[in-house]
Amino acid sequence: MTHKSEINSSRRQFLNGSAIAAGLAIAPGVMLHQVAQAKPADQAVTSDKRWGMLIDTNKCSKGCDTCVRGCQTENGWGENETKSGPNQVAQWIRKVELRDTSTGFTKSLPLMCQHCEHPPCVDVCPTGASFKRADGIVLVDKHICIGCRYCMMACPYKARSFIHEDLQDQLPVAPRGKGTVESCTLCVHRVDKDGENAIPACAEACNAEGHEAFVFGDLKNPNSRISQELAKHGGTQIRADLGLNVGIRYRGI
Amino acid sequence: MAVMYNYVRSLILLAGMALLGLPLVAQSETPLPVIPEASSRFSAEQACVEPTEEMRKNHMNYILHQRDETMHKGIRTRQHSLEECINCHVPVEDKDGQPMRITNKDHFCSSCHTYAAVKVDCFQCHADRPVKTTAFHPLTSQASEKTAFHHSDAGETVSADTLEVLAEEGKLQ
Repeated sequence: MTHKSEINSSRRQFLNGSAIAAGLAIAPGVMLHQVAQAKPADQAVTSDKRWGMLIDTNKCSKGCDTCVRGCQTENGWGENETKSGPNQVAQWIRKVELRDTSTGFTKSLPLMCQHCEHPPCVDVCPTGASFKRADGIVLVDKHICIGCRYCMMACPYKARSFIHEDLQDQLPVAPRGKGTVESCTLCVHRVDKDGENAIPACAEACNAEGHEAFVFGDLKNPNSRISQELAKHGGTQIRADLGLNVGIRYRGI
Repeated sequence: MAVMYNYVRSLILLAGMALLGLPLVAQSETPLPVIPEASSRFSAEQACVEPTEEMRKNHMNYILHQRDETMHKGIRTRQHSLEECINCHVPVEDKDGQPMRITNKDHFCSSCHTYAAVKVDCFQCHADRPVKTTAFHPLTSQASEKTAFHHSDAGETVSADTLEVLAEEGKLQ
């Protein structure tokens, strides 16, 4: 096992190096940094990558919901859902406050789909609608979702929501409709387009406000910023005891 | 008696016409759909992404295939994507300035689907008209002012414009 990952790791470094070298040779002084890392549109995602996010809760302030609003704007949820009750409305990402009862110390953090390596939502789905992509992003294929909501019950993070009413004016990047379950997609449309350079909408909104609490990247690439930060400072998995090996890691909790 | 004879004769005539498949009353026929023009051609030789006759008959197979490729494998080529169909075939607004929805009989998809009495349920979830992107995006923030729609930004490759912008900003090495 160790031997295998060593081979993969060095192979990836070699490929990265050669891609960058080729890029520089084509156009001196101009880019190819972008092209070298983004996946061509006609190629399938592979398990060579595993996308994840590191959230530094020390940079996350109480009462700030910039990331939530960024997600809403990008994916078009949370508006015009007037017939759904407060416990029914969509919730791809939410702010959660933790309180230590012994000291009264509080901490605020964003919580969304944790993109588990072993997702319980996929285990329980009777139709195969809930699935994990090769690159670790957990999604709902709404074409085959029957709306049974087993996945919502199975998810330890309460990351999923169900659409209770007819919708219109959805966005092309995030098709969503009545009778299906949905959750954070890690902005999969951006990831497919920009690869390592992608920034999910929550992270982008957070950066725009100057908080910079999110780091997105490839957990399998030891040179990615997220891997280096995790190697240096570590990161916590919420409910690590469940052994789900989540893709979203936190610092400061 | 003559009246009766005329009545029977006209009945026989009508039955004969019906057998021959001639229209009895021209006005009762369903009018053929008026299919709106697409906003651009695929190439000089070809109007749509596949030959028009092929698209009329088999468009759903292309869309269905692309659907699974995109959803499960992240393959986002644009030739057979539903989003690109909509971007090219559907205007943002109808002639009264209202949002062009699938419920409008002038909508490209509904014009034919109403005629053929085939229910189309794509748009319970998918956008039924081109949608302008609102979110800020680092690669396209400056270029997107010129290219208004989501589909027309960098796409599979980074455009020369974007390259220039990035090079000027010194973001690249």
